[in-house]
Amino acid sequence: MALLEIRGLKKSFRSPDGQLHPVIDIPSFDLAAGQAVALAGPSGTGKTTFLHLIAGILTPDSGSIRIGGDEIVGLTEHGRDRIRALRIGYIFQSFNLLQGFTCLENVLLGMSFGAGANQSRAEALLRRVGLGDRFHHFPRQLSTGQQQRVAVARAMAGKPQLVLADEPTGNLDPANAREALALIRETCTENGSALLLVSHDREILGAFDQVPSLADLNKASRPAALSRP
Amino acid sequence: MTLALLVRRSLRQHLLSTIVTALSLSLAGGLLMTVWSLKTQARQTFERMDGGWDAVLGARSSKLQLVLNAVFHLEASPGNIRPADLATLAANPAVKAVVPIAMGDNYQGFRIVGTTTNHFTDHQFAEGRRFKLREGRLFEDGYREALIGAFAAEKLGFKVGTEFKPYHGLNYASKASDNVQHDEVYVVVGILEPSNTPADRVVWIPIAGIQNMAGHDPATATDVSAALVQLLDPAAGFRLDQLYNKQGDKLTFAWPIGTVMAQLFDKIGWFDNVLTLVAWLVALVAAGSVLASIYNSMSARRRDLAILRALGARRRIIFTAIVAEASTIAAIGAALGFLVHFALLFGAAALVRAQTGVVIEPFQPGWVWLWAPAALIGLAAAAGTVPAFKAYDVDVASSLSPES
Repeated sequence: MALLEIRGLKKSFRSPDGQLHPVIDIPSFDLAAGQAVALAGPSGTGKTTFLHLIAGILTPDSGSIRIGGDEIVGLTEHGRDRIRALRIGYIFQSFNLLQGFTCLENVLLGMSFGAGANQSRAEALLRRVGLGDRFHHFPRQLSTGQQQRVAVARAMAGKPQLVLADEPTGNLDPANAREALALIRETCTENGSALLLVSHDREILGAFDQVPSLADLNKASRPAALSRP
Repeated sequence: MTLALLVRRSLRQHLLSTIVTALSLSLAGGLLMTVWSLKTQARQTFERMDGGWDAVLGARSSKLQLVLNAVFHLEASPGNIRPADLATLAANPAVKAVVPIAMGDNYQGFRIVGTTTNHFTDHQFAEGRRFKLREGRLFEDGYREALIGAFAAEKLGFKVGTEFKPYHGLNYASKASDNVQHDEVYVVVGILEPSNTPADRVVWIPIAGIQNMAGHDPATATDVSAALVQLLDPAAGFRLDQLYNKQGDKLTFAWPIGTVMAQLFDKIGWFDNVLTLVAWLVALVAAGSVLASIYNSMSARRRDLAILRALGARRRIIFTAIVAEASTIAAIGAALGFLVHFALLFGAAALVRAQTGVVIEPFQPGWVWLWAPAALIGLAAAAGTVPAFKAYDVDVASSLSPES
């Protein structure tokens, strides 16, 4: 059984002129436990919306999302919060670290709302990503590469079954990008987490065996077929 | 732990507004506690402060004026009582002791009161407490000698052996040339231990000294200003009240002293209420400042709140963290408020002591120490719910930028 099963997922947004614009229309998508898949897609193809739907941050108009066999569409907000806290790790393009919190506290918060804060695990994760000497540094005191490593440690903090990575290397230079990607994949493997990464960076995508195109998956992002006269 | 971490870091991130808001709350809390303590303690202390006397007999006037004049040495004397009236009172079998006092002079604002030595030898000004000499001895009748209350001695710089000439009248004019000084020279022969009563700010001399001071009316040389009375039996007060106040029209019998003072506080109760209202308004404004400071920072916090939600924090946690932050600011303010409270109360106590001789204890515990901080924290928590609801409603998806 797939860890992530998506069927008939649709999401539209209403534009300021009142018209509904379909953003996501994915008939089917599966991800097996422990599998690493990268989705290719240029900006504006609904990558973030897709990941937000899986994480329960957004709710779809219709369709089904199952994580570990549990349907999250139709869950209460509290139920979706629990899924996010217990089963999902999220890595953002802009890292989204809490600037007022130290590295250690950022990682601790990554587990606080799920299984509970565990300082020794948080410290071990920071050591694992090479920041053993930066526990009490604030994000602004770190380089961008180091900040993304903190974000990786935070995403892994709650031992998630599924890691969602939204353009995780978008703000990094090529060397740091390669390093960050390697770290994400290694830690997911060590943790037994499935990885769903979305990116438009060909070099990053080239590191994956399977790189389905979001444009192919998402019917809403395809250009409308020309109608014959 | 998570909640404490969120609150601690948020307070640190908004340190300046935290400090300013906490300080405004500390002023509010300090003011509230001070007003409350002062009015409660002042009332209790003044009602208890009867100097060990049950009643005062004086010329026809209000009971309050008599008590303030004879016991607290504050008001003007309403007039004199004749020696025959004093003798009649002393002969009453219900009366245990009578001590006459006479006044009409001062020394640099400290009232000079003529009395008899049994005021100091026989009388207990409080349960089991008599006046004690710190140095020197009591004055002797027939001599121009003075016994000084501790506070007056300290302020006047009087020591045993100091000589002084009394000034006419109960008050000392700020312009020195407006004061009329008697020719009689008195010498300080003793200084009393502090009693924490109005007696501490009095210059005591033999009663004949006041009666015969040059410039005083010789026709009243045997009169006294008032008589301080101790009764054998409290019920005797009713009879004497009937005798002097209802049947007679020449004298006033102020009894019981505590009740007379309570009437004073009832009369000025509106002033207490105004002060208390002002203190509550300050507290409300301070709670409003908590609301404003957190609310105004919500735009800056939106992203952080969205990140927390993305990490799985429930709305309830976010809401609670904001309310807890408001409560924590109030708790810090309330703690600092104790410093403000003690500073204000020390100042007020010094003023009350200087003006009346009555001692207010700044460290005397009161329920206000519990309910005022609790009320302040409650108000701030209530105010915190407004930004907390705003935080509760943060849209996670739109606040997590950028989108790809």
